Amino acid sequence: MRYFINRLIFFVLSLWAAVTINFILPRLMPGNPAQAMFAKFQGQLKPEAMAAMKQQFGLTDEPIWDKYLSYLQGLVTGDWGLSFANFPVPVTSIIGHSMPWTIFLVGGATVISVFIGTALGIYVSFKRQGILDSTLPISSMALQAMPHFFVAMVLIFVFAFQLGWFPLGKGFSIDVMPGFNWDFIKSALFHSILPGITLFFGGLSGWLIGMRNNMIYTLGEDYVVFAEAKGVHPSRLMFSYAARNAFLPQLTSFALAIGHVVSGAILVEVVFSYPGIGSQLNDAVLSQDYPMIQASFLLIAVAVLTANLIVDLLYARLDPRIRTGGANS
Amino acid sequence: MNVELGKTSQPIGKKHSPLNRIYNFLLPLFANKKATVGMIIFLVFVLAAIFEPWIAPYDPNAAIFPPSQAPTAEHIFGTTNTGKDVFSQFIYGARSTIVVGFGAGILTTIIGLTIGLISGFAGRIVDSILGFVTNLFLVVPGLALLIVIEAYLENASPYMNGLIIALTGWAWGARVFRSMTFSLGSRDYVTAAKLSGESNLRVMFTQIAPNMVSVIASNIMYASLAAILADSGLAFLGLESVSSVSWGTMLYWAKGSGALLNGSWWWFLPPGIGIALVGMSLVLMNFAVDQITNPRLRQQIRRKHNG
Repeated sequence: MRYFINRLIFFVLSLWAAVTINFILPRLMPGNPAQAMFAKFQGQLKPEAMAAMKQQFGLTDEPIWDKYLSYLQGLVTGDWGLSFANFPVPVTSIIGHSMPWTIFLVGGATVISVFIGTALGIYVSFKRQGILDSTLPISSMALQAMPHFFVAMVLIFVFAFQLGWFPLGKGFSIDVMPGFNWDFIKSALFHSILPGITLFFGGLSGWLIGMRNNMIYTLGEDYVVFAEAKGVHPSRLMFSYAARNAFLPQLTSFALAIGHVVSGAILVEVVFSYPGIGSQLNDAVLSQDYPMIQASFLLIAVAVLTANLIVDLLYARLDPRIRTGGANS
Repeated sequence: MNVELGKTSQPIGKKHSPLNRIYNFLLPLFANKKATVGMIIFLVFVLAAIFEPWIAPYDPNAAIFPPSQAPTAEHIFGTTNTGKDVFSQFIYGARSTIVVGFGAGILTTIIGLTIGLISGFAGRIVDSILGFVTNLFLVVPGLALLIVIEAYLENASPYMNGLIIALTGWAWGARVFRSMTFSLGSRDYVTAAKLSGESNLRVMFTQIAPNMVSVIASNIMYASLAAILADSGLAFLGLESVSSVSWGTMLYWAKGSGALLNGSWWWFLPPGIGIALVGMSLVLMNFAVDQITNPRLRQQIRRKHNG
């Protein structure tokens, strides 16, 4: 129980920290970007937009504490501000359109890469002297050293431009109607293959090496050696004895990796012009749509923190030591 | 990658002078084939970065050649769509990438080490607060945070980027160093040092930190790799001063000028491969550190499984 409470406290505190960072950042920057931005937009935006911007970036005369409170209140009531680039559309509705794309692409690719990477890690750990054991870690580490967005560029160049097998980018082709129909789903799936592969290979090596190392560690434990001496069947030894326990640390890495995966996904989305939250953030930065930047960042942070909480709770379900506080949790 | 905590320290308490320890630590780096390869690749790029004005045949910003040329004898990597020599840009980009990457990597490690040591040494309250901040920085998506900061800064120089990357990326190291400090802090020789009246600060830096040399080295390499990837990513998004010459900005211009769609492969391949090679050399060198310091990964240790 203490574990759950601790995790929840951390979740709430980190959520608060992310929200506050979001509030403070534009106000902390040298030369007051809000002021500069305001001067830049003078005459370009409608007066309502200017007033909204003044409000949002604290160019009014209220004390900072009041601004902070009204900012928090706005967040809770769903008033996240209006987009500058598409004034007066609320940023929440724009984000509502891009979020499902990211969840589908990043979530799907990550889950697949966790499973395949872990399975390969188990396999490699059992074939210690094989060719795979000596080449796989190295080749997957080469993948790790490569920037995901560059891999994405090469994949586009080879498979979309040269061979023409896949589309050059975007989330779906322009001749289908977005909605719940087979043509659209087919098109969306087809467009997600190349970015999905990029993210899949980007994550694969971490899971593979992690699982391999955990397996080697676990296979050296006394109970596994004993089971082997007792004559337990190798496959049973591999999965029921070693892999089950070796997988637990993977979950912890998974929780920590979510932020990393999302970061990589931002760049990949940009390369593929994929209509997710990463492209959204990039577009917002390019058009200096500050409410959109703030909202995108906040949403990404909240999503990552929530995913983290879920994995932490799942970890507790799977590892009784955490629940009962047996180890030094 | 996963350095086994608490099992990584080298024999302790023998009469190892610091120099001796460093020598003993570095020796296997040359004996290990992977590490040697990594080191050679790395040295090549470092030399390129140091001697760039002599190696690069042209001024990287001189747009005076026929545009969009495929590689020829004069322009071995071809030219950009504005007629700049890609090879010269590539050589000049090495310096910015390596300096920013390593600078940020070392700075990250210093911040992480300091916070980790304090966290592992100070009382519960300090540890809880630092632990919270560390965990927070661990889970917050780093690149998103960087993008937001850069959006407010506008046209940051590569060095500014490196600084920001270091200030946001120290959490992983801090966590590793904290648990190592805990594990090392309970050893007899540390207790002895404390009992003999040495100050906490002195114990931290003379007793504990030297025994983390391998972890520190490994952390520098991974932090540098992460910094190079983050920096090139930011530059690729156009968030670094776009007039600077780095591999990331080269990719930014290549993508922005449609190199992918008009077949100018010679433009975007070199910077990307450059990043990958430098990254790879770091991973290779670190792979060796992992192998050396984590005895369980050594092949001969494990009994052969017939499964």
